[in-house]
Amino acid sequence: MIRVVLPAHLRTLARVDGEVQLSCPNPVTQRTVLDALEARYPVLRGTIRDQVTGQRRAFMRFFGCEEDLSHTSPDDPLPGPVAAGAEPYLIVGAMSGG
Amino acid sequence: MTGVRVLVGTSKGAFVLTSDGRRKQWEVSGPHFGGWEIYHLKGSPADPDRVYASQSSSWSGQVVQRSDDGGRTWHPVGNKFSYEGTPGTHQWYDGTPHPWEFARVWHLEPSLTDPDTVYAGAEDAALFRSDDGGDTWQELPGLREHRTGPSWQPGAGGMCLHTIVLDRSDPGRMFTAISAAGAFRSDDAGVTWRPVNHGLQSEGIPDPDAEVGHCVHRIAMHPSRPDVLFMQKHWDVMRSDDAGESWREISGNLPSDFGFPIDVHAHEPDTVYVVPIKSDAEHYPPEGKLRVYRSRTGGDEWEALTEGLPQRDCYHNVLRDAMAVDSLDECGVYFGTTGGQVYASADAGDSWAPIVCDLPRVLSVEAQTLP
Repeated sequence: MIRVVLPAHLRTLARVDGEVQLSCPNPVTQRTVLDALEARYPVLRGTIRDQVTGQRRAFMRFFGCEEDLSHTSPDDPLPGPVAAGAEPYLIVGAMSGG
Repeated sequence: MTGVRVLVGTSKGAFVLTSDGRRKQWEVSGPHFGGWEIYHLKGSPADPDRVYASQSSSWSGQVVQRSDDGGRTWHPVGNKFSYEGTPGTHQWYDGTPHPWEFARVWHLEPSLTDPDTVYAGAEDAALFRSDDGGDTWQELPGLREHRTGPSWQPGAGGMCLHTIVLDRSDPGRMFTAISAAGAFRSDDAGVTWRPVNHGLQSEGIPDPDAEVGHCVHRIAMHPSRPDVLFMQKHWDVMRSDDAGESWREISGNLPSDFGFPIDVHAHEPDTVYVVPIKSDAEHYPPEGKLRVYRSRTGGDEWEALTEGLPQRDCYHNVLRDAMAVDSLDECGVYFGTTGGQVYASADAGDSWAPIVCDLPRVLSVEAQTLP
């Protein structure tokens, strides 16, 4: 199972507490994880990546195993510990607002 | 008529204020969607329990919420706003072509007759319609694809379609306003559009007959007299007596003709309300005095309404969607400020009292008269 941590606003919107656990087909990539996340929680469609272009929203960031994955290809395999569920995949709202 | 529900959108959530017909004691519910910008929420005239809300943030984009119980509970509906076809370009601030990009929904206008039909005014300027209670949205592309579209430029707040006015007497007729393109009219339920800006004079536009390029801030209509429109423009308060074919200035004795909201008394089609703001560079009331101005003559002659409003050291703004009226026998008037106050008048503006004083920045105010 893939572990996904959402920012607080999106946890509220999706009505979840804590981490989300998802089953995800191989290869485990950012795209397949986000596809699985949006399939489980349709309300998150458009809030993390644009619904039309599929691009990451500008102020959302993706992390795993202390790496910033925001600028890597969405089709690259995620780090092994994330794919194995040992480490969470972090979706983070960029710090802004003073 | 048993009461009033005032729907307040703020920069950090939505609030629902309810009262009986006396409008003295208020119950405050919220924040709903805490932390999100609520540009607008509005109830269906056909079913007051049906309320739509535009929820957005720079981080997470656009969400639309729907309530079927008058704002007590909410559930998200569709948020896919996709421009029809291949969007072209409009002008950017520097005059260069810029691709049309959806940013947010500024305004939601429910149908006058069908609770499941609702229009959404978007930034970048476009009009969308849903016929299934907000689950899916389709653009009415005739507006954005108007031949003048490539020349539209954004105002300081973005290129937003912020005003949608429906005509109760003619289901095919509707008006929209876009900053800073101007006012537009459709006579075929939004399929085709034409600019209706003749008579608007805008500083910075050398051509007095410019078809588009006007920074219209808000348009209001009384339902009994749909050919008469009142407009608060960037500067100038304007009136049309021919459904927008021509406009004339009615600023008269206002201390400033800059402002954002404009609204019409529920029972008196010639009674109009505005909130003068000092200037486009100084978005606060002249002299630090928060004054609503009322004309009982359809413009030109205005009286200051001050009782209960701060008359010193007040430097808030009142945004374009942040004024509304109810339709109780004694018309109620409401407005919200960027300082977080929502004021109510239960006597058509003669006197005012705050309902709440410390909300986040108020972006929109709508009033529902409850059966």
